[in-house]
This record gives sequence, structure tokens and C-alpha cells, in this order.
Amino acid sequence: MSKFEALTGNAAVATAMRQINPDVVAAYPITPQTSTVQTFADFVADGLVDTEFVCVESEHSAMSACVGASAAGARVMTATAANGLALMWEILYIAASNRCPIVMSLVNRALSAPINIHCDHSDVMGIRDSGWLILFSENGQEAYDNLIQAVRIAEHPDVLLPVAICQDGFITSHALERVEIYDDADVRAFVGEYKPQWPLLDLEHPKTYGPLDFYDYYYEHKRQQVEAMEHAQRVILEVAEEFNRKFNRNYGLFEPYRLEDAEVAVIVANSTAGTARVVVDRLRDEGLKVGLLKPRVFRPFPAEELADALSHLKAVAVMDRSISFGAMDNAGPLFLELAAALALHGVQVPMADYVYGLGGRDILPHEIERVYRDALKVAETGRVERRVTYLSVRE
Amino acid sequence: MPTKLIPKELAKRPERLAPGHRLCAGCGASIIVRQILAAIDEPVVMSCATGCLEVATTIYPYTAWRMPWIHNAFENSASTMAGIEAAYRSMVRQGKIPEQNVKFLAFGGDGGTYDIGIQALSGAVERGHQFLYVCYDNGAYMNTGIQRSSATPFGAHTTTSPAGKVIPGKQQFRKDLTAIMAAHGIPYVAQAAPSQWRDLMQKTRKAVNCGGPAFMNVLSSCNRGWRHGTDETIEITQLAVDTCYWPLYEVENGEWRLTYKPKEKRPVEEWLKRQGRFRHLFRPENRHLIDELQAEVDRRWERLLRLCGEA
Repeated sequence: MSKFEALTGNAAVATAMRQINPDVVAAYPITPQTSTVQTFADFVADGLVDTEFVCVESEHSAMSACVGASAAGARVMTATAANGLALMWEILYIAASNRCPIVMSLVNRALSAPINIHCDHSDVMGIRDSGWLILFSENGQEAYDNLIQAVRIAEHPDVLLPVAICQDGFITSHALERVEIYDDADVRAFVGEYKPQWPLLDLEHPKTYGPLDFYDYYYEHKRQQVEAMEHAQRVILEVAEEFNRKFNRNYGLFEPYRLEDAEVAVIVANSTAGTARVVVDRLRDEGLKVGLLKPRVFRPFPAEELADALSHLKAVAVMDRSISFGAMDNAGPLFLELAAALALHGVQVPMADYVYGLGGRDILPHEIERVYRDALKVAETGRVERRVTYLSVRE
Repeated sequence: MPTKLIPKELAKRPERLAPGHRLCAGCGASIIVRQILAAIDEPVVMSCATGCLEVATTIYPYTAWRMPWIHNAFENSASTMAGIEAAYRSMVRQGKIPEQNVKFLAFGGDGGTYDIGIQALSGAVERGHQFLYVCYDNGAYMNTGIQRSSATPFGAHTTTSPAGKVIPGKQQFRKDLTAIMAAHGIPYVAQAAPSQWRDLMQKTRKAVNCGGPAFMNVLSSCNRGWRHGTDETIEITQLAVDTCYWPLYEVENGEWRLTYKPKEKRPVEEWLKRQGRFRHLFRPENRHLIDELQAEVDRRWERLLRLCGEA
């Protein structure tokens, strides 16, 4: 039987980790992720898990130990945020390239400088080409659900790639919410036992991991990563389907809200989608045809499916919680990728980007309402007055 | 019974580093690896930092390693091995894999150990992972073309501490990494050299059976960087030992002990003059640099004698 508990997003993640019972967790404290590893350390100290918890001296060593443990044949998890993720960066690529199915809880926080401990998505956007699968979570429940699914996705023989599960620093990582926690046995049955295919600790069959790989094979190995990414979308959907059936949820590649008959839509990930949903309802009460699309899977990017889902709209507003400095119009990465997806799939819809919430700047319903009203105007005129707007910033 | 450390017996053991690897003739690293692996009868899992040893033994799709082996990156041989050792303990405890008395071995050069990897190494030994970290110290970034590291001897010419018209080679003395590792208070720390193979092998055995983290710093000649003949490796290595530039000692549970005391301590000059990287020191105007290096060698040797209760 599942039960409902009042948990912070981090506590929900730690609970999922307890239920998954990984062989090794290697992690380093960083705000706002710290309470995850603290809670997990309690589980270790109280003998509630079999995990070997490696309290490393840096995030670089956290990811290095994760790669070692994963190559050894262990089920491995970690958690980090912002600068910690940045310090891991070198080894994130190695984890993906060595096909280590490591699962990470990534609590999104602004990258330095200036130093700032609050939420934005600059950290995760820095690893978008690293070969990790990346999933967003609106709240603690989704972070919990996604983490459980991530184990199955990462370890699928057609994928074998690491997965990062994102949630918003403080906004959901530290907010108490009602979270449905499934029965331990059900979660353990769902994730199953990890059967590594090429464990380093299979002493009878010695393996060499991480050889020098020049122009004669490196490229083929990169091509295989592409193939794994291509498989990942199908696997994510298969795992979601099984999860939805078992735990009565409704996960897919993204979540549309009142989108079907909408004329304009906002695309926004993580916690702000929750605020936007309220705004949609309010505007719908006024008779305005507005909808919402909340991305769940960011890597692999479901371009075609997104284009399909948005093809009927008269205007699209993307909300980005980070900036791709120096990219076209200094827009956000979500906008850039979505604009390319729509254009290449023949969807002609006026688009604008709204950068918001950097460094934890609050995003309020009236600001999102303004985005919708802008979009409604664009739908009417067919003209985008301003390609990129930086919301609520002192200019 | 462990294999006796006599050549006749050791030669019967299968080599875990296969011939055909692409390390240079006369390279100290492969000699050290073979001596260390020959000293360990148990199964070994090894991690290796980026460097000569890694690039020359594993050019895809080939590998020279007849044992589980992993390379992750440059600075993380120790933290990678920490993860492997943690995975082993976890999975053995859970009954997922059998207990097999595996010995965990991490290798890195001096660049990957003294410099970029010192944090990962310090962290891993502090946490008490049961593994032996071996630094094969050739005193420079040899793999990238002989750049200075914090292990490079005072006065040595490297491509980033060149002997120029104004600056005559490296200006700093070598970091005493072995002492730094001893200061961690781990069960076993040693300094060794392949010219004294039995000493190195005995130390290896103590290290892998000490019940905790162990560290060995092993002098590894690089004839490309040191500038000497490929057939002089062992002889020049032994000169480093006999001049007390590279004393052989161990620190076992905090007890310092010399494992070899030269009958007659020879002047460091005898080691220097055999190597092209020190050639400029023998110009008359640089004589004082040899004197300075000798004074530092003497100072460190005296300190070591005191620590070992020999003074």
C-alpha cells in the first residue's frame, strides 16, 4: 500500500534512493542538494539500506567514484547542484561515454558568478551535450517518480546511459508537499535487480575500460552513443507506461495542459509549470484559449512530438530559466531548441522567449499572465514584437 | 604460501602485463608494474591515471592488461578506485559477488599524483579505502613532452622549466609527497625503486596486506626526459638511491624505517652527470646550483635518518 507523506522534494528523492537501495552512492554536499545526502546518510547509519556511501572530498571525485563503481558492476547514484555539477563536468562526459547507467538527482541552482544558491537552470543547461539523459520534475512527487523510473531507463540494455533528474532548488527541493510514497516492495520490484553486462569485477573475464581511442574508432563510439540516445526515447516511454500502470500516473515525454483547443501556449519546465497552470485556469475563465506544455524529457529532445503537439497554435511563448550567452538573440536554450524543432518539422508558428527567474528571482502569476497576454496579441497580429524578453529585470 | 621472491619462482607466474605494449625501451614504468604485479599472488583490479602507462598499454582495440583495468581521467585514479573498492565491499556484503581477496591497485604518474590528483588521493586514503596507490615518479609530465611537475628535481631542464640564458632550469625543490602521504597516518607508506626489486616487492606485499590504504612512491626513470641511454635505467635509478636523492624507506603504522642504507653516500653530482637534463648545471657559473641541490638532499636525508631513529 502506498501512503501520503508531507515531504520536501529532497526528502522524497532520498526516500526513492532508500527504496531503490543502490549498491554505491558517492556524493558531496552542496546547497540546495545537501539535505538529500543528509537524509540518505541517516538511512545508511540506521541500516535501512545496503548501500556503501562514499562521502567524497569533491564532486569531481563523486562522479569519478560513480564511474568506477558503475564499471565495477554496481548500481550507483549521486546528487548535486550548480557548481558541483560544473566540477563534475569532465567526468560527466566520461560516465556517458563509458556507458555507465548512473542516476543523479540534480537540484537546479544558478551557476556562479556571482555566487547564488537559488534556483535557475544554468547548471543543467551546461551538460545538455554531455550524453546524459535529462528529465525535469515539477514537484517532489515527480522528482520521486522520475528517480525511480530513471534507474530502469539508465540500465536498459538498449540505453546504458546516465540519467539526471532535475527539480528546482529550494522551490521544490525544500518545500513540504504531499507526496505519495509507494510501498517499498513495489518500488523494489519495479526497479528490479541490476544485471551488469560487463562488470570489471568479473575477474574471470578481465575487461579494459577507458582505453586510448584514436581516429580509427573514437567516432564509431560516439555514433553508438547517438544510437543509445535514439533508443532512449522509446525506453523512457515504455518505462513510463509500466510505471503509470503500476502506480496510477500519467508520465510521457511532456505534459500538455488544456492544450488541445488552445490558440496560444506557454512552454515551461519544472516548478514554474505549476504556477503557469493556475494562470491558464484563470485566463480560461475569461474565455481565453490558452494552454500549457510542460517538458519532462529534455534529453533526448522529443523534437517531432513537440512540433506535433504545438502545430495547431497561433503563438508560442517559451519560458527559459537560463540564458545561452551569445546564442541567437541571447535567448534561452529551451527556446532555441524548440524553435529549431518547430521550423524543421514544418510548424510555422510565431515564437517568443521569456527569460525569467535567474538566481532564484521569484516568478509570479501576474508575470506569467503577461506572457500569455503578449502571446495572445501575437496570435492576433501574427507578429512578434520582441523575440527575447528578460522578465522582471531592472534594465 | 605466497610465491617466494626469487627469480626462478617469480618467472613461473603468468605476466599480467602482456608484451607488445608500446612503452619506450628502458621505460621505468613497465618494470615497476611488472615487479609490483609479480609480488601480488591475489587477483588484482587496477585503475590508471592518464599518462604514458595508460596510453601505451591500451590503444583500442588492443589492451596489454590480462586483468581488470580501468582508466577514467588524469586526476582521479584514486577516486575511481575508491568507487570500485566501495562497489566490491557493497556487493560482497550483499552476497551479489563472491569474496575473492581482491587487491585494488591505483597507478598514476607524478603529474597525476603530486599535482592534479593529490586531492583525490588525499580524500581516498583519508576515507580508508583498502587499496594501494602507486605513484611512478619520473619527475615530469613525460607523456605530454617533458613539462615540469612538482616532482621535478631542482635545476632540471624540462620544456616548461627550460635551462635558458637567465633561468637555469627548475627553480624549486621537489615536493616531498611520500612524507605528505605518511602525514595522513595511513597504515603503510613507502618509497621504493625498481633497481632494488626485492625491496620493492616486499613493500608491495606489505602494502596490499596492511588492511587499509597504502601508498608507494616509486622512482621511475624516463630516458626521454632524463636524457640517458635506454640500457642505463636501472643503473641510474640505483644512483638516485645511493646518492640519497631517492632514499628507500617505509612508514608502517607510523614507524619510520630505512629499508636500505648506502654503505657510502655518494655525491648527488654522480647521479646528475649521467643525465642530459642536468647538463647545464655543470657549466662553471652554475656550480652553486649543484651545491644547493646537494645541501637540500643532505637536509632531507638527515631528517629522514632522525625520523628512522638512525641519526
